[in-house]
Amino acid sequence: MAGKPKLHYFNGRGRMETTRWLLAAAGVEFEECFLESKDDMIKLLNNGVLLFQQVPMVEIDGMKMVQSRAICNYIAAKYNLYGKDLKQRALIDMYVEALMDLNELLMAHHLQPADKKEQHLATIVDKATNRYFPVYEKVLKDHGQDFLVGNQLSRADVQLLETLLMAEECKPDLLAKFPLLQSFKARTSNIPTIKKFLQPGSQRKPPLQEKDLPKVMKIFY
Amino acid sequence: MAGKPKLHYTRGRGKMESIRWLLAAAGVEFEEEFIEKKEDLEKLRNDGVLLFQQVPMVEMDGMKMVQTRAILSYIAAKYNLYGKDLKERAWIDMYVEGTTDLMGMIMYLPFQPADTKEKNLALIIERATTRYFPVYEKALKDHGHDYLVGNKLSWADIHLLEAILMAEECKPDILSAFPLLQAFKGRISNIPTIKKFLQPGSQRKPPADEKFIATVRKIFNI
Repeated sequence: MAGKPKLHYFNGRGRMETTRWLLAAAGVEFEECFLESKDDMIKLLNNGVLLFQQVPMVEIDGMKMVQSRAICNYIAAKYNLYGKDLKQRALIDMYVEALMDLNELLMAHHLQPADKKEQHLATIVDKATNRYFPVYEKVLKDHGQDFLVGNQLSRADVQLLETLLMAEECKPDLLAKFPLLQSFKARTSNIPTIKKFLQPGSQRKPPLQEKDLPKVMKIFY
Repeated sequence: MAGKPKLHYTRGRGKMESIRWLLAAAGVEFEEEFIEKKEDLEKLRNDGVLLFQQVPMVEMDGMKMVQTRAILSYIAAKYNLYGKDLKERAWIDMYVEGTTDLMGMIMYLPFQPADTKEKNLALIIERATTRYFPVYEKALKDHGHDYLVGNKLSWADIHLLEAILMAEECKPDILSAFPLLQAFKGRISNIPTIKKFLQPGSQRKPPADEKFIATVRKIFNI
């Protein structure tokens, strides 16, 4: 029997957080090996376990997987979170790729220097409320179902919840104009595996603060 | 019967080029509608056909698909270029993400400030020859097959060929230390559908020149 998946990354969200969400939502227990210093990174590099010399890296099913999208694709497919056919998969991919774009923007917010923060927040509000959230609100409105695709939980739902929560961390009332997203958020948060992941003490990571950035940079540069 | 896929983008490579490569390699004929000026993009947005207000957009099988990776994954799966099982798919995804990163660096080069161009070009060459190409050279060496994954043509091979040719445009002898990649390039270029795509007059787009960059900046406000 294969052991638990083992995640190699620093102790923060970054490009590993979505993987943590997917595994948790799928009810899969996983271990984590945190990079605390540059030496830890050098050790991984010297062991030849990082295909492109980068993390995230996840040891799973006999593979040392790298590239966050490849990892998430594999987990989603393995645990039936990727729709039932090619067209559902296409929809899920479209929704998920856009969420990754928005996530990048949201994650960058906490790292903005104080004098740029306000303008950055304005960009987030604009993109989130004009470009992204209306799409998901409309999807839910048009089919009236609980989940984004195929009337079944998929990675699109898990990733949407992840993003909605991150957005609210930037601006608590960002969902004010999106009632269906608000009820989606409540409903999806209540799924037992996800509810567990949202509780204190889980492997979910807090947002990276500006003061933590130097330590993280030292690991990689 | 469904019509041919219809691609909406500018008349250049950008994020659409990998899609053109994949369709061409799969032997799928496609049409293109070019965004020549800002108003063309505005029209697409106002028509409500761009899910997230962005291109690439590909009309295909009754869908208006957006997001480059979603489009590529769909085409790869539909035309049997995505491996035979989950694990092959995982390897194809890993390889493709690597070549995507490399090609992304090359694609953005013309948009970087002029005074950083030389440094960025040097970084591209370093990454290509020390981070990316060694991985693919080793993959081919280890199994000795003609293709990267599963002894069969896949999206990973097509994407790697595209990346190799793009890298050679940066530095013509960039493959000098990679004999297996040189052989791979020769071999994959000779696959009939790909050979056709590499000939003049095909829908393959040339690298961006100064004039085109200026047009793109205007269209996308960047």
